[in-house]
Amino acid sequence: MDRPKLSFFRMSKLSGDFIFKGVVGLFALGIIVLAFLLFREPFIESQLSRNAFGFGFLTGSTWDPVNEVFGALPFIFGTLVSSFLALLIAVPFSLGIAIFLSELAPEKLRTPLSFIIELLAAVPSVIIGLWGIFILAPFLRDYLAPPLSTYLGFLPLFQGPMYGLSMLTGSVILAIMVIPITSSVSREVIMTVPTQQREAALALGATGWETTRIAVLPYARSGIFGAVILGFGRAVGETMAVTMVIGNSSHISASLFSPSDTMASVIANQFLETAGSKLYISSLIEVGFLLLVVSVIINIGARILVWKFLKVERGAA
Amino acid sequence: MPEKITIENLNAWFETKQALHDINLSIQENMITAIIGPSGCGKSTFIRCLNRMHEVVPKAKISGKVLVDGKNIYESDVDPVDIRRRIGMVFQKANPFPTMSISDNVVAGLKLSGVKDKKILDNIAEESLKKAALWDEVKNDLNKSGVSLSGGQQQRLCIARALAVEPEIILFDEPCSALDPISTSKIEDLMLELKEKYTIVIVTHNMQQAARVSDYTAFFLYGKLIEFGETNQIFKKPMEKSTEDYIVGRFG
Repeated sequence: MDRPKLSFFRMSKLSGDFIFKGVVGLFALGIIVLAFLLFREPFIESQLSRNAFGFGFLTGSTWDPVNEVFGALPFIFGTLVSSFLALLIAVPFSLGIAIFLSELAPEKLRTPLSFIIELLAAVPSVIIGLWGIFILAPFLRDYLAPPLSTYLGFLPLFQGPMYGLSMLTGSVILAIMVIPITSSVSREVIMTVPTQQREAALALGATGWETTRIAVLPYARSGIFGAVILGFGRAVGETMAVTMVIGNSSHISASLFSPSDTMASVIANQFLETAGSKLYISSLIEVGFLLLVVSVIINIGARILVWKFLKVERGAA
Repeated sequence: MPEKITIENLNAWFETKQALHDINLSIQENMITAIIGPSGCGKSTFIRCLNRMHEVVPKAKISGKVLVDGKNIYESDVDPVDIRRRIGMVFQKANPFPTMSISDNVVAGLKLSGVKDKKILDNIAEESLKKAALWDEVKNDLNKSGVSLSGGQQQRLCIARALAVEPEIILFDEPCSALDPISTSKIEDLMLELKEKYTIVIVTHNMQQAARVSDYTAFFLYGKLIEFGETNQIFKKPMEKSTEDYIVGRFG
């Protein structure tokens, strides 16, 4: 067989390399520019609101589009409460899943189970929102709220009527959306705990659970903390599903049965209703800017924690 | 001389690979028995069969009997957790719990057994650290993390941790392989003191160490027990050609 002829001038290869590098380089640069613009635009566009309300924007609890008085406290409150409650529900679940997958599950179950959990993260949030409206909200209203108000009704948390769409419903939905990320990162973290640590506990006569409790979890705690914060970031920024089920009310209420709003949901819900009011638009954008800054800080912090843990562990192994 | 452990027809596998072939061996009470042999000869696998740590490895299997005081520890009514409380282990790489203080490390096993009284725990921590010849070096730093210590100190901390639960037997799996000569000799002295009260089995790739500390020596090769006898005899007049070859350094 004839060998293919090798061309003496390899111009095509050279210029191909050059173009390739240029194109991918440009794409990479594009991301940096985009990230910069993502911060710059809302900052500029929220100028009007910042000038009008200053720091009072963060502490004002009145959100009154008719009289053009805007304070973001109800949404900051709603975001914090719903996210914390979501974590309260999601963290035990996620840790349980992570421990099961890394320590207990038979080899055959591990891969399919992890796959399903990661699939849960891929469900479009509007679908989860629809499920929340038609299944979860009525369920919570009919089966969870009545006993809560009967037995724990003396707490301000469980007072007043529950119509279905509420802070509680929003938090449960958020918990469902937090579980995949928190459990899969925790699992990854727990998997890197050295075998010697487990064996140290086992050789002392620890049972499986005791080994997890005294050797695995303490060793992995900083990484797990990072996974939890990542989940928190997800809860803070989640928009669609929570907008659909939280009830959309810009009033602060101590009761989890009351409708509420988060920073993300108020933007999604109201930005088409500004009727040309520049201050209204600008205020919503300022809420968006705050959300962006908070989310970025949370995510960077969480990733640093997880990276540090994984790097130290993999480096040591 | 009473036998503490009797091993009968012991075979061990990792998945389909057989790591131990038909081992028969007796370990005497209050003696140090050394297991020597080249890397991969099954000596670590063997020692891990004595406290049921071999089965912790996924897909590991075992057959045969290990009798401790005449009772087979692989009988179905025996809980491996109980066995491991009676038979302590010190590993090749010191593995203190990094989030626990020095004293918490020592009493970790006791806490598992339900001892809660702070005074008792403190007393046992002190006593165990003294037995492990570490007390004088750490008595002012008991609340510091276990991993703040040097490698040799960490290993003695792990010995203290194993002693605190008052085992009858202590297994040492190459305890000095990561240590400098001074730390090594401290641990060897310690073992010689401990044999007054405990039965000791040590895996070592260091033949001088085996010769220095042990009363009996077993030579393993390719997963088989080649020769077993008094340490003096094994090192001075080995019966088997391969034992002699290994001891004089012709291989391994």
